[in-house]
Amino acid sequence: MKARLIDKSGLQWLLDRLGSQGYEVLAPCLENGVVEAGPVTSLEELPAGVEEETEAGRYRLRFDGKEGTDLLFSHALTAMGWQRFLHPSSEPLWRAELRGGALEIQPLPAEAPRRALVGLRACDLAAISIQDRVLAQNDPRYARRRENLFLVAVNCGRAAATCFCHAMGTGPEVKQGHDLVLTELVGGGAHRFLVEAGSEAGAGMLQALPGREPEADDWEEKRARIEAASRQRRRLPEDTGDLLASSLDHPHWEKVGERCLACGNCTSVCPTCFCSRMVERTGLDGQQATHWRLRDSCFDSEHSYLHGGPVRRDRAARYRQWLTHKLHHWQAQFGTTGCTGCGRCITWCPVGIDLTEEVAALEVAA
Amino acid sequence: MTGRPDPMVPSVLRIARRIEEMEGVVSLELEAPGGFSFQPGQFNMLYAFGVGEVPISISGDPARTDRLRHTVRAVGQVSHALTRLRPGMELGVRGPLGRGWPLEEVAGGDLVLAAGGLGLAPLRPVAELAVADPRRFRRVVLYYGTRNPATVLWRQEMERWRRAGIRVHVTVDSATPGWQGEVGVVTRLMQPGHFEPAVATALLCGPEVMMRFSAQTLHGLGIPAERIHLSMERNMNCGVGLCGHCQFGPRLVCRDGPVFPLPEVESLMQVRGL
Ligand SMILES: Cc1cc2nc3c(=O)[nH]c(=O)nc-3n(C[C@H](O)[C@H](O)[C@H](O)COP(=O)(O)OP(=O)(O)OC[C@H]3O[C@@H](n4cnc5c(N)ncnc54)[C@H](O)[C@@H]3O)c2cc1C
Ligand code: SF4
Ligand code: SF4
Repeated sequence: MKARLIDKSGLQWLLDRLGSQGYEVLAPCLENGVVEAGPVTSLEELPAGVEEETEAGRYRLRFDGKEGTDLLFSHALTAMGWQRFLHPSSEPLWRAELRGGALEIQPLPAEAPRRALVGLRACDLAAISIQDRVLAQNDPRYARRRENLFLVAVNCGRAAATCFCHAMGTGPEVKQGHDLVLTELVGGGAHRFLVEAGSEAGAGMLQALPGREPEADDWEEKRARIEAASRQRRRLPEDTGDLLASSLDHPHWEKVGERCLACGNCTSVCPTCFCSRMVERTGLDGQQATHWRLRDSCFDSEHSYLHGGPVRRDRAARYRQWLTHKLHHWQAQFGTTGCTGCGRCITWCPVGIDLTEEVAALEVAA
Repeated sequence: MTGRPDPMVPSVLRIARRIEEMEGVVSLELEAPGGFSFQPGQFNMLYAFGVGEVPISISGDPARTDRLRHTVRAVGQVSHALTRLRPGMELGVRGPLGRGWPLEEVAGGDLVLAAGGLGLAPLRPVAELAVADPRRFRRVVLYYGTRNPATVLWRQEMERWRRAGIRVHVTVDSATPGWQGEVGVVTRLMQPGHFEPAVATALLCGPEVMMRFSAQTLHGLGIPAERIHLSMERNMNCGVGLCGHCQFGPRLVCRDGPVFPLPEVESLMQVRGL
């Protein structure tokens, strides 16, 4: 079976089924005034009809989506990336005990619950495959959490103003990395979901879904929705990598460095950022310590610290590090780009720094 | 995928000997009952209980797999804690990590070692190899620069290396009364005739400026750029390519280095704050 057409009750059946198989189901919901992934048991918890209006440094929600208040996936993206379910913001790695000079080190088991992530977009899947390249090989904790995921993606029917996945080749159509992919359809007044499988586990689930065979109209509506979501204004030049490689001394870095606050918002929302630092926390008796891994940001002055001071002393150097890493050096390090085109860093930068504009500014000769 | 050992978890080793090399610099000799093999130029993450982990080069003789040696300068929290440890106490070790010196490519040729300060530590295993097997390299020259006579590391060892045929040249930035040797930057020691550039390989470790000028000088004396190797230093939290701290442009110093051939890093070293 290639695909299945289900209605809302079919989708609720899927959530229930995942729940009964032991998965914690996480899906977009409204949280603190933003769309954010959280635990969900009922479709009622999804942000129906919500659309986000984004621009550089701007995020507003509208609750009267253009297509009415039915669409469950009318928003484009969760505010944060989904990587916190794979790479948590803090995690204890091991515990040490010292007794009279004798040291004992106990690895602490990784928390790796079975999780079903529902509502990821093509760019979110691209981000996971980028992090797989970076972490899966050497970090058994990440690998274990990754193995325990079931991924239900959604094809976008509309892009936010900050999206540029089309230019990055990561979306908006979901093509790989998913177990199941949904396309939400409303044509002809019937609210339904076209479901396709992308893995063996997904195919097994598809078999069991209560629904029917999709028809030509359904496929046509899917195509039209993806086409609509492909209309995006922002892009990056084809030769961005070469441009950055030859622009390390460009005076524009100083200009963007004057605007950047080094707040690290961009690095905390970016779904591919993976930096971490280790900290040691000692117990009150001074004989026990726990070694923690915390997510970190290259905008932090400690990030490049060598005894005597940081290598990247100013914001210009740190912004250059972030941008050249994402769009160029990542390729040499991990054989893939570090940017999916999700636009989150543009939306959440408090001063509205937009990486697509910064790259364009570098194109202007020094 | 699952069930693999976690590269973030240290093993525990006991300190057999503690050698006070000079003020603030301590060598720790660790017992390695299971044997510990490494390539010269590699490093370990050393863990001091309750404080943290830092990257430290392996500074011992590679032939002594039962003994693992590190030489630590107390500069900050973790390094201070490490230098305070006593024989019989235990610490955490993760490694060996990184890519060491490309010694295969030197075999039969001349070996030029250039060290600044504690940069001598990762070169010491190379010197010991040369002493143990005099036919391995044609000529071996060591250029070593340090701040002042009180900070000259391993005087006795260097005497031993000299006797084994290594040409050892030492200089200090500023002399004190009684110092008979050279004064000035390490590049002043490097002279034509010390080695045969066509068959020489140079291994450099020290502060970044020192390596930049040494590389220039040695290249000027005829050693091809691709046979000049530098050991780079960047902040490291994990040592296995996961934490992102040791980025140096397109390179991860812990995974791709710390040793790099000059052409891989030359242009990057020119960029301020990379
Ligand atoms: C590959 C490599 C080999 C090294 N070999 C030696 C050696 O043989 N002997 C020796 O004494 N030192 C060596 N160092 C330097 C040593 O790692 C630092 O002196 C040490 O990290 C300082 O830590 P601290 O906590 O005492 O200092 P602090 O000033 O308190 O530093 C705080 C933290 O910043 C980071 N940091 C600070 N300086 C450095 C640095 N130079 N390199 C990397 N991270 C740093 C560490 O995470 C450190 O814990 C080496 C560094 C590298 C990268
Ligand atoms: S760099 Fe910006 S646009 Fe690219 S993946 Fe990260 S947050 Fe998204
Ligand atoms: S680019 Fe923007 S979001 Fe990122 S650190 Fe600078 S001010 Fe913060």
